[in-house]
Amino acid sequence: MDSFIVISLVKAAIVFAALLTTLAYLQWVERKVLAHIQVRPGPYRVGPHGLLQPVADVIKLLTKEDLVPPYVNKPLYLLAPFLAMTMALLSICVIPFGPVVTVGGVRTAMQLTDLNIGVLFVLAVSSMGVYGVAFAGWASNNKYALLGGLRSSAQMISYELPLSLAIASPLLVSNTLSLSELVGKQAGGIWNWNVFHGPFPQVIAFVIFLIAAFAETNRVPFDLPEAENELVAGFHVEYSSMKFASFFMSEYANMITVSSMATLLFLGGWVAPWPAEYGSRFAPAVIFGAAGMVALYHGIHFARRRDKFSLPVVAAVFFVIAAVFLLPMTQEWLLPLFWFAAKTGGILFLFMWVRGTLPRFRYDQLMGFTWKWLFPAAMLNLLVTGFLVAWWS
Amino acid sequence: MDVILFLIFAVVAVVCAINVVVQTHPISSAVSLVGVMGSLAVLYLLLGAEFIAAAQVIVYAGAIMVLFVFVIMLLNAGAEAKEGRSLMVRFLGIPALVMLLGLLAYFVQRLFPRGDMVHFGGFTGGSPRDIGMALFTTYLLPFEATSILILIAIVGAIVLARKEMD
Repeated sequence: MDSFIVISLVKAAIVFAALLTTLAYLQWVERKVLAHIQVRPGPYRVGPHGLLQPVADVIKLLTKEDLVPPYVNKPLYLLAPFLAMTMALLSICVIPFGPVVTVGGVRTAMQLTDLNIGVLFVLAVSSMGVYGVAFAGWASNNKYALLGGLRSSAQMISYELPLSLAIASPLLVSNTLSLSELVGKQAGGIWNWNVFHGPFPQVIAFVIFLIAAFAETNRVPFDLPEAENELVAGFHVEYSSMKFASFFMSEYANMITVSSMATLLFLGGWVAPWPAEYGSRFAPAVIFGAAGMVALYHGIHFARRRDKFSLPVVAAVFFVIAAVFLLPMTQEWLLPLFWFAAKTGGILFLFMWVRGTLPRFRYDQLMGFTWKWLFPAAMLNLLVTGFLVAWWS
Repeated sequence: MDVILFLIFAVVAVVCAINVVVQTHPISSAVSLVGVMGSLAVLYLLLGAEFIAAAQVIVYAGAIMVLFVFVIMLLNAGAEAKEGRSLMVRFLGIPALVMLLGLLAYFVQRLFPRGDMVHFGGFTGGSPRDIGMALFTTYLLPFEATSILILIAIVGAIVLARKEMD
């Protein structure tokens, strides 16, 4: 019993630290990706390639003056960022990053807790996240904030329906609500993933889930709650310092949550795209090794003087990572983590790509789209899946 | 541990429920109601009904109360003024409350004999499969009747809203 508590505490500390670091650096990655889409270098001043920019941002946000306007509804104004943050970080505790593994003689699941209703838990927590935005908009006592909060709650209620229906159909195929069991049933290769597998491949559900996820996280092209050309900044216009930062972080935490949910529900979670006997064990090492070779090549045929020293160092780092992936003792827990991070990262990249590409919807288009197209499509998909699953078994 | 959690969340639920009535501002009442729903979900969880707990949070706290808050925000309802209490409320209010609580306690005692106490985590029919089976076999008729009732209410709301618009 005691060891259970100790292991859980250690796991919680690791997951929390990793999540917060990812949150900070996700923002750096997003700025870089957007910058390269728009053909500019992005953050470049603080550290090499702006790598220390997140640290600078955190220090800036922590030391800024924390202003509470005199005309706000104080209890709700203070509750809102706390609520948004808590609900955004809470769902990570049921997300499985890998199977049950043995690390240093301790056998444990790569997951904080395996609820048998894990999917519903994530849904419940994310549906509570609306309050943070709605209260922030209302308590600020500001017309732009109120409009942003109203838009956001209307949008989140509307898109939660297709989202839940899109989640329901892969659950029908897999016949479980536990996230780790869900992944276990998709093991064996890319043809067993819920997107391609089953009596009815869930491609439509996957697309609907992604679209609804964009709306749920208030991202472009559905970022009307914070449409800056109409609403200044939307629901968080009256917030400063750490309170503003917590809204910002909760948005990114929500993005990570929906991306990992998409990975778990449709893309097979931590399992490799093809079975281990065909060499999927060596894929990460090959990828990192190839990246190292490219860096080494450009270090030898350098374009700028400093590349002669910096790129070989980068190459050495990549080679070390590749070597770590080849060690038998780390492979057991590192490989699932790699595939999980690769799939989730791919979806996160899609989020940024879309942000750099698509314009914003108009408000009536946003509502018409979900009620007239997305919801019926999700319903139809669920019906067809249900009939086929019942007919198959 | 179970008893401590039960006491904490039972107290939170009751305090929030009283707060719903006491608060003058509709938003504060709505927040308290969310608190009631949340602590009820924890109580279901303590009994071992995970699915019902999750459904409670998703449906009541996450969807219905969000709509409540949304409408309150949309109408921009202000704080209500506390009106002076009438003579009857002043003299009969507390005795009537005590009598109601006493009656409730009496009936609960009578209906549930001491033999079968509630056990924490003792409820086994709470898995999604069990609830689905119960809903679509034993309770199919009430279930469908309820959904038709809700549909009628929705149609009625739309009819009323259209009449206002014309």
